[in-house]
Amino acid sequence: MSTKAAHKPHILPLSVYFGVAFALLVMTVVTVYAASIDFGEWNLVIAMLIAIFKASLVALIFMHLFWDDKFLAIVFVSSLVFLGFFLTLTMFDTLKRDKIYMERGGPIVPAAVIYKASEGVVADSLKVDSSAAAGDSAQAADEEDTAASEDENWGFE
Amino acid sequence: MHTPTANTGHEERPEFLQHHFATVEQQRETSKLGLWIFLVTEVLFFGGLFCFYAIYRSWYPEMFHEAHKMLDVNLGALNTVVLITSSLTMALAIRSMQVGNKMWTQINLATTLALAGTFLVVKFIEYSHKFHDGLEWGKFFTNTQIDGTNPHIFFSVYFTMTGLHGIHVIAGMIAIGWMMYRTSKNHFSADYYTPIEMTGLYWHLVDLIWIFLFPLLYLVG
Repeated sequence: MSTKAAHKPHILPLSVYFGVAFALLVMTVVTVYAASIDFGEWNLVIAMLIAIFKASLVALIFMHLFWDDKFLAIVFVSSLVFLGFFLTLTMFDTLKRDKIYMERGGPIVPAAVIYKASEGVVADSLKVDSSAAAGDSAQAADEEDTAASEDENWGFE
Repeated sequence: MHTPTANTGHEERPEFLQHHFATVEQQRETSKLGLWIFLVTEVLFFGGLFCFYAIYRSWYPEMFHEAHKMLDVNLGALNTVVLITSSLTMALAIRSMQVGNKMWTQINLATTLALAGTFLVVKFIEYSHKFHDGLEWGKFFTNTQIDGTNPHIFFSVYFTMTGLHGIHVIAGMIAIGWMMYRTSKNHFSADYYTPIEMTGLYWHLVDLIWIFLFPLLYLVG
């Protein structure tokens, strides 16, 4: 193979760059607009789908992955796959632990609640031995029981 | 020093071709693979913070919704537009060098640098407002206007994620400035522009991360 031919860079037309930038700006407007509508559970899903679409445009075209050696795409996507494992397993643990054990995921020290809307700052950071914090801890435990039986907010509100 | 096989089949070695590579193409592909592997470590680096975000959002969904209202969506959206535009000018800087136009490479790099600076100025304005309102991380949180439990956690998440991202913006600006210096010294041509291309890949990743940070922090449904 002639080295001259191999050096020739793959040059995209200017219209592709401007088109992608325009699409990214439009999607930014769409994501801000979509956030003003309440889709309930789907809010996060919709926001993330738009973000993934935008990120794909940047990676495939600006970062040239679409035309480069596919090995580079495999390297990059592998990091996303492992990030997926990391997030999925962690969320599974913290949200579904009580389906297996008699424990639910939550803050390790309940008295670490240092702030509540109604009372303002209720305790200094992690000072768990003070009487005020102990009282809050008991109160927090009570609230947890009621909340857990009523809804799925995991008792931390 | 060259290995006997390194030079066979090639009439002459360009100045920019380092001695341990056989061909220009091999040097370029190697740089690219190395930089993509670096970007992988960046994804995993930020991944820890995304996990931090996911855990606390799942524990305090209501608080996240209430606390995010303290962020200015307009400034966040403005910064998104600024970063997307800077990604465009960065890509155009590479393209200008591909067609051998040094002047436009410099103009595009300078625009990218200016947009990166704009991003940091907007971020500085946002941070100043947060400090003024006592919306700080962890135990420094003193605001009492948020209707939710433990809103200091949201601001811990906000400051670590945007702060680490901001550090990346600064690193990107240093790299872009260095590329401008090297372009001015005529280090690059249509045959050799790999360092600009690598800086571009890094800069696009900074944009990519912001594309996720913006909806996650400013648009909590």
